[in-house]
Amino acid sequence: MSDNSILEARRQAEICNACRYCEGYCSVFPAMFAERSFSDSSIIQLANLCHNCRGCYYACQYTPPHEFAINLPAALDEVRYDSWKKFSWPQGFANMFDRSGMIMVVVLACSLAFLFWLVNTFIPEDGEGFYAHMSHGLMVMIFLPSFLVPLIATGVSINRYWRYIGGKKMTLTELWQASLEAITLRNLKGGHGDGCNFEDEDRFTKTRSALHKMTFWGFLMCFGSTTAGTILHYAFGLEAPYSWYSLPKLLGVPGGVLLCLGTGGLAWLKTKADPNLGVAGIWGSEMAFILLLFSVSATGLVLYAATGTALVEWFLPIHLGAVLTFFLVTPYSKMIHGFYRMAALVKNQTRSG
Amino acid sequence: MIENFNISEPYVLIIGGGNAALCAAITAKEAGASVLLLESAPKPFRGGNSRHTRNFRCMHLGPLGELTGKYGEEEYFDDLLKVTKGNTDEDLARMCIHSSQEAYGWMHAHGVRFQPSLSGTLSLSRTNAFFLGGGKALVNAYYRKAMDLGVEVSYESNVKHLEYDNRRIKSVTAEINNKDVTFTPAATVVASGGFQADIDWLASAWGEAARNFLIRGTPYNRGVVLKNLLDQGMMSVGDPTQCHAVAIDGRAPQYDGGIVTRLDCVPFAAVVNKNGERFYDEGEDVWPKRYAIWGRLVAAQPDQVGYAIIDSKSLELFMPSVFPPVQGNTIEELAQKMQLSSSRLRWTIDEFNAACQPGNFHPTELDGLSTRGINPPKSNWARPITEPPFYGYELRPGVTFTYLGLKVDKQARVQGKEGPVENLWAAGEIMAGSILGEGYLAGFGMTIGTVFGRLAGQGAAEHVR
Repeated sequence: MSDNSILEARRQAEICNACRYCEGYCSVFPAMFAERSFSDSSIIQLANLCHNCRGCYYACQYTPPHEFAINLPAALDEVRYDSWKKFSWPQGFANMFDRSGMIMVVVLACSLAFLFWLVNTFIPEDGEGFYAHMSHGLMVMIFLPSFLVPLIATGVSINRYWRYIGGKKMTLTELWQASLEAITLRNLKGGHGDGCNFEDEDRFTKTRSALHKMTFWGFLMCFGSTTAGTILHYAFGLEAPYSWYSLPKLLGVPGGVLLCLGTGGLAWLKTKADPNLGVAGIWGSEMAFILLLFSVSATGLVLYAATGTALVEWFLPIHLGAVLTFFLVTPYSKMIHGFYRMAALVKNQTRSG
Repeated sequence: MIENFNISEPYVLIIGGGNAALCAAITAKEAGASVLLLESAPKPFRGGNSRHTRNFRCMHLGPLGELTGKYGEEEYFDDLLKVTKGNTDEDLARMCIHSSQEAYGWMHAHGVRFQPSLSGTLSLSRTNAFFLGGGKALVNAYYRKAMDLGVEVSYESNVKHLEYDNRRIKSVTAEINNKDVTFTPAATVVASGGFQADIDWLASAWGEAARNFLIRGTPYNRGVVLKNLLDQGMMSVGDPTQCHAVAIDGRAPQYDGGIVTRLDCVPFAAVVNKNGERFYDEGEDVWPKRYAIWGRLVAAQPDQVGYAIIDSKSLELFMPSVFPPVQGNTIEELAQKMQLSSSRLRWTIDEFNAACQPGNFHPTELDGLSTRGINPPKSNWARPITEPPFYGYELRPGVTFTYLGLKVDKQARVQGKEGPVENLWAAGEIMAGSILGEGYLAGFGMTIGTVFGRLAGQGAAEHVR
């Protein structure tokens, strides 16, 4: 791990601690000002607590060209990014972060090729809807491990982080408070409720928060749709395709639309924001991840629209390829931020509790 | 862009780009005037000293926003009398105090957001409303508002001359992009600050010692407009030789160090000069009441430098400074690192330690724990400096603002020899000496800037109409 990012963040935190003007913006500053000197673990915790709302940057009297050269959002982003690599598991995969954009493209290409091959090789003898193109058993065989293994890798990483920052037992109240903060994106409200800075320098807007919420809920609904389908399949013997008035559809279609709009909006917003307030050189990877998530939802909707037509044969492997890629890269891509953020919010609750 | 500004219609010209200038620009624009604002700094450093501020002092008759309790006009005025020792204009001061209550709502309506008083500043939670994000956030919000309204802003525009003739400002000349541009505004507001960044001027007023002073705020407050107007016979207020200076970390940059260079360790320290001698009672009163005199005290020492010496038991009793202290395991080692005479510092600390008395130490109140038998004494918080490691901070005078300014009336109109100038208003630091003739009251500069900025903008807009 590069210690330079921690040294730089510590230098800046010590200046912040002597100023404190930004205390009301977010959770980072009260946590920072509770300390007088900053250990590596507390710098890493502060970094993962930071939502990159940028309020402190635009308010700061010491940003470049001032000689103190404060750019806390970028300094914490560097530490955050390094910490994901430091704790990633297996450790040999850490460097995937640096090339996650390119890796996503490669994994996507391989997944697509693999699925097209499957669809054309193992043609089911019977089955309705998309099961006419790929059997349920085959899908489970591929997706169960490719969902569980990355999830385990993520769990191991988060556990390493949690132990490193000295995480202890939490109460249900603390967990609930942290979840509320995560769901409401309290730390993107700027303290005053006007929102955060991002797409138009120091102007406060709620756009980024709204788009992120759409992405978050859209994702959860899509995930819920798949889960509901699994439960219907195994517990009730009800197989796809499902009707409009079934849980998988009621969650999946609006969820897909939300996810599409949210990720599309976030991608557009990212093109307007100042790239110097984050880690240099990973802009492309982050953008690739947003677009991957967009393509998961967009291909899902297209697949649904194509129900009953011959196009299913084409769109099924494309959609499944995007989903497979998304699962596989989760522990080594921007997706990991949600897990670290949640852990950091819980840890912060146990601090103030 | 300034090229697009329509100068054929009558307009208000605002000179300056800090809080007072922005309040004037927004008010004038909202009153229907066409407004051009000339800021001498480049955009990243816009906002004058306002970008370093953190709160404004606000009268209120009950809880207001984040402000607790009540802070009435009489108490506010009494506080002002205490710090200025009566060196104020009561009418102007009371008007300003009275208007501060209404200013709170105006500021919020124009984009300023407040936050509870910062950790470490509880003593101000009743009297001072803190800006969320500090003064630069306030400045940003006002620029946003002004530009959304259609105020034209030109950065790096240095006003050099205002042509005064027959009780009017006839024209204003500014250097923009290395070219002299002459404007003929119908009304002008000067809100361009004091002269503290002009070290030569400071040195000629204060003495050569001023060359060793650090300037806490913007390097762009060079007093060019102030001098230009005073040279043409405008009436002045405030002592031309005086500036407000506090003791700050000696390692601070020459300009723009701002809040983080503040050092609050003096009450827990023994402070010596470069000869290793103590020179003033470090524990005379609580720090918020004493920090302002230490600038002057250090300025009177050889080479305008002091050294605050503490031991490990006091290190965490005050707000951290931006620079870590110099550290030594012995007094001698610390002296050597700070380039003081080891034997002399040893002698001073020994003498100080021997004069300390047993008793109860209370860091947050006057504890009466005083020395006996030394001169100068230390009246409170006097504990022997014995527990290594020892720490030292270099102190230098840090200039916050100058007192010399333009005399204004209750409409913020600038006073010439023959009475008010017909089309010239002043707001902010450039006229603050009218009210704050001496001393300083935390957050009052922003109150003066806001109240007089709005008055000036209103008056100028009415004149243009």
